[in-house]
Formats: sequence, structure tokens, C-alpha cells
Amino acid sequence: MTGIKVLLVDDERPFVETMTKRLEKRGLTVVPTFSGQEALEALARTEEGPGLSAVILDVKMPGMDGLEVLSLIKRDYPLVEVIMLTGHATVESAIEGMKRGAFDYLMKPCDMEVLMAKVQEADRKKRAQEERIIRARAEMIALRRGD
Amino acid sequence: MEDRQDGYYRHLTRNMVLIVIVVSLTPLILTAAVLLSQFHQSYHSKVLAHLGELVEKHSRHIDTFLTDRLSEIRVLARTPRLQELADQDFLRQKLALFREEYGGVVVDLGLIDSEGIQRSYAGPFNLKGADYAQAKWFKEASKGEHYISDVFTGLRGSPHFIVAVRQEMEGRSWILRATIDFEAFNALVEGLTIGRTGFAFILNRKGEFQTKPRYEVLPDREPYLKLLKNRPASRRRTIVEGKTSAGKESIIVTFPLKNGEWLLCCQQDMTDAMAEFGRAWRLALAIVLVGAAAILAVAFLLTRRMVNRISEADLQKELMGDKVIEAGRLASIGELAAGIAHEINNPVAIMVEEAGWVEDLLEEEEPATAENLAEFRRAVAQIRAQGARCKEITHKLLSFARRTDPEIHEVDLNAVVEEVSGLLKQKSRYANVELLTELGPDLKPVAASPSELQQVLLNLVNNAVDAIDSSGGTVTMKTRAQGGWAVIEVSDTGSGIPQANLARIFDPFFTTKPVGQGTGLGLSICYGIIHKLGGKISVKSEVGRGTTFIIQVPVAASGPGQKKAG
Repeated sequence: MTGIKVLLVDDERPFVETMTKRLEKRGLTVVPTFSGQEALEALARTEEGPGLSAVILDVKMPGMDGLEVLSLIKRDYPLVEVIMLTGHATVESAIEGMKRGAFDYLMKPCDMEVLMAKVQEADRKKRAQEERIIRARAEMIALRRGD
Repeated sequence: MEDRQDGYYRHLTRNMVLIVIVVSLTPLILTAAVLLSQFHQSYHSKVLAHLGELVEKHSRHIDTFLTDRLSEIRVLARTPRLQELADQDFLRQKLALFREEYGGVVVDLGLIDSEGIQRSYAGPFNLKGADYAQAKWFKEASKGEHYISDVFTGLRGSPHFIVAVRQEMEGRSWILRATIDFEAFNALVEGLTIGRTGFAFILNRKGEFQTKPRYEVLPDREPYLKLLKNRPASRRRTIVEGKTSAGKESIIVTFPLKNGEWLLCCQQDMTDAMAEFGRAWRLALAIVLVGAAAILAVAFLLTRRMVNRISEADLQKELMGDKVIEAGRLASIGELAAGIAHEINNPVAIMVEEAGWVEDLLEEEEPATAENLAEFRRAVAQIRAQGARCKEITHKLLSFARRTDPEIHEVDLNAVVEEVSGLLKQKSRYANVELLTELGPDLKPVAASPSELQQVLLNLVNNAVDAIDSSGGTVTMKTRAQGGWAVIEVSDTGSGIPQANLARIFDPFFTTKPVGQGTGLGLSICYGIIHKLGGKISVKSEVGRGTTFIIQVPVAASGPGQKKAG
């Protein structure tokens, strides 16, 4: 459970603050941000970016909206999983989010247990992918050695 | 509003009728009037000329007659020997000759000496020795060579006139005279008839009749006397138009005879003379009247029909405008609801999170130190539960405002029917209506949008419930399979639809509900949805017994790879 680091993005400051406290209480490391721009900046910082397992992203935000941020994250950090949070779920926007590579789609206000489960799932998926990559690299190095 | 509208349409009708009438009638009447007046003028002058011509010809004829008789007598008077003329046998012989030749125009012959004594005589009367010394004609005849008298009765007691010739014989002046039979002379003039009312007669200078007029003109001699007085010796024809004392518009033509001593008069009623014109006038009048009647009828009928069309179109337009406003209002309410729902959702999410945080913190409290721990937990749980409820409400609002997915899935009709039944159970119970379902087994799924099917059924069941009065009834939704179709029947025990309305119920904006209560769109939307699915919708209704709507939807051609949803 510990060691999972998530990035939380929502324009509602009280929501982000409370959510941060609750997630941290459950042993997560949380990076709170209040806009899409901030989130992308946080991802770019070396000390935080690579260690992130998941981004919890609100869909409806002023400025850059959730779907846009999702596209950029998936483009630059394809291994980071994104869990979308939305005020309302229409089939169209959910499908759009999935198309752009969101890990899952949850409705606000969401149940904490469900969210935790999703985060852990995303973390497992990310780790599995990273392991596969490391293995692949090792194989490549071995092949290059010409063993 | 209604009155003002009525006034407007009445005004419109009146204006249109007036314009049509004026524009069509004016040329008709003007043309008829101009043509008739031209025709009247030319015909009038033609009639007058003709009459004048006729009278002139006759005058010449009469003049010729008179001079002929006169010259005959003159020839006779030139007989060289007086003895012969004085011989009654000779005169008789001559008379017989005249009578034979001229058909009894000459009644008798007589020879009168300068004293006025008739010396010899041949004729039907015994006038030998008659004394004419005082007779006017004798005096006149003695003055000149010859003389033609006016008509008079004389000694014989019957109207006649005399042609006399004076001749110097053996140192004395003698007068040979012939009596012209009035009747025979009269026939000359009487023969001159024109039309139905035209007749002729001869007047002398004093206005005395020289022939017998066909009609009684005695009270009407005024115009003639005036004419005689004004132009006593005119040698030309005179044409006068005027009213007779009988009040009839007449034409009078006169022509002098006998060197202006007599006047041949011809009189004809104007209406008779203008009979031809009268016929033309009546024909034209009839045509104008019939034409005017036709124009009036067309103007009124056509205008009324047009104005009715216009008012219908206006009404449609007005209703359409209302619907558009209504639709716009609904759309903006939807937008508003969506906005509010979305705005409320965020605070609710925060509240729920805060409650969750409190719950988290309570976990850490020592049960002993916090005696109200259970209460805290219950209260926080309650906050979260109510938050969830808020969420449900806002999500419903959002899905109402946004168009739900029109995607076609394979839908189980029975499920849709159950759903609609569940939704309307409460409402129908308030309306004292029992909502029943009879679901057919082995109903194959149909390819449709579940929300659209739901809308169709909601509309039909709502209508059915509305058709049932407060005494109550039942609405039944029945499903069954029929060949390649899935059939849904929605029947009610309501008031039924009158035959006249059945054909129109699927028309947009057709509603029997009071204004403002029904949009008239429900059934036409149903019709559109079902037809889009390749299905059919029909209706059977009996007034007082109820109505059944039958929907047929083709079952889906189910194959692998199609996933069931809904």
C-alpha cells in the first residue's frame, strides 16, 4: 500500500485539500495541484514525475479541461495511469476519455474505498508495465553482448 | 384579441371584395355605356334621316298625284268646244274613263259658269244647277288658273276636295272641276306607316286634317300648329322631337305639300323608332347585369375562401410560434437545470469528502474518551448518505437536460414496458387508473434506442391515462410476437377518439386538449420514432369504449458480435 504516489488535480481547493488528507491517511503520497497547467508542471519536475503511479483528474476545470490534460499526460508520460473524476457521466464523454487512454472513470462524489481500489489497480498495472520494460531492456543488453 | 382579429379579417374581406368589384365592374359598365351611347347617337340620326327620307318621298308622291289630277282636268278643260263640256254625256264618258283609269279616285266632274252655277255635271249626286257662288273654293278658283281645295263636306255631306281649272271659253270664264274622293286620297297617306306606331296625315295651314289620321291626334295638334305658325311656307322637311300630350317621346317629321299649303306630317313614338336600339340596350343591360352578378358572386366567394385560408394560416403560424416559444422555454429550462445541477454537484462532493475525512479521524479516537462516538459516526454516515442522494438528483437533472443517447441497441421490449409501467404506476394511481401489463413470452429483442422506445410508451400511456375520466378505468400494455414483428398494444377504457379526429391524431400540433395543456406533438413524435425504426403504429378506437394503439417493430436480426445493452 505504501509507496504509491498520486497526483491530484481539481480546481476546487477544499476538495483537493480534504481528499489529500484522506488519501494520505490511507498511506498514499499525494501531490495536490489546482489546475491542468500545475499538474503538467508537477509531472515535469524530476523529483515527482517518474515516481507517480496515477493521476486523479477532474474533467471539468477552467482553463485547460480534463480531457486536454489527459491527452498531454498520455502523450508525454504514457506509463502514468489517469483516473478521471467527473460531475456527471455521459456515455459520450466517458467513451471519449477511454479513447484518450484514461484508466477509469468515476463520478463525483466518489466512494473512498472504490477510489482506493482503482488507485491500487492502476499502481499494479504501472509496476507490471515497468517490470516488462526493464526485462525487455535486460534482454536487449544481453542480446547486444552477443551471449 | 379575437374581436380585433375578426375586425381585421372583415376589413380585409371588404377591401378585397371592393377592389375586385370596382376593377372588374368599372370597365364593363364604361364599355357598355360608351358603346351604347355611340350606338344610340348614330342610330338616332339614322332613324331621323330615314324617316325624313320616307316622308319626303311620300310628299313627292302625293304632290305628283295632285298635279297629275290637276293636269288631267286641265287637259279636259282645253276641249275646244264649250258645247262638249256642257254636254252631260260627254262628261259622263270622261268620268267613266277617269274612273276606269284611276280606280274611283275621281268622284264626279262638273262645269261651273262665272256666276257659280253648275251647268253640267257627271257623278253619283244630282248636283246639276247647284250654286257654288258662295263656296270658298269657287272664289279661290275664280282668282287663278287652277285650284286644289282643302277637304270639306260641302253640299253632298261627305268629305272630299276639289281640283278646279279656270278656262276662258267664248268670252266667258268657266270652271271645270273634279271631286277627288277623300277615301281614295286618304289611302295614299294611310299607306304610309312606319314601324308599329308611325303614321302620317295631312294638315292644312289652319291645322285642319286633310286626311284621316290613323290615331287620334286631335288633342296632340299643338306641336303641329306651332310648326305651322313658325314656318308656314318652308320647302324643307322639318324634324322635331318632343313629348306628346300623352307623355310619349315622339318624333315628328313634316314636309310641305301643295306649295306649302298643306303639310304632310308623320309621327312615330321614339321607343318604336328606336326599337332596334331598345333591343340592343336590353341585351347589353342583361349582359352587364349577368356579368355584374357573376363578378359579385366570384368576388364574395373567392374572397371569403381566400380570407379563410389566410386566417387559418395565421392561426397555424400563431400556434407554431407558441410551440417554438414553448420549445425554446423548455430548452432554456433544461440548460438552467443542467447548469444548476453541475454547480451544486461540486459543493456536494466537497461536503461528502469532508464528512469522509471526519469519519476517517473518528477512527483514531479512543472509544473511551469519546462517549458520543457512535452518534458522530451515525451523523457523518447520514451526511454521506444524503450527499449520495443529492448526487442522484443532480445526475437525473443532467440526464434530463442533455439528450440521451440515441444509439440503437438490441432492446428487450418487455423490459421497456416494465420500466414504463414502474414509472407511471404512481401517476395512474392518482388518476384512479389501473395500469396492467401482459407480457408475451419468447419476445425477440428489437433494434431500437431504449430511451426513444421509452418515450413512445410514456406518451401513449400518459395519453391513455388522460383519456380516462375520474370514474376510473384500466390501461393495459400488452406485448406479443407476430412473425418477424414484436407488437406492443396500449389499450385504455377511456372516452375513445371520434372518427373525424382519427385521421389527424398523428398530425403535428393536432390536439384536443385545451390550449396550453397539450402541445399536439406527442403522437407525431411517437409516429416519427416508430417509423424511423421501420415499424408501424396504428390506432383503433370506439367512442365511449376506449382506444388501442398498436405498435409493430421489426425484431432485430440478431447475430454474433452484437452485444446486449439497455
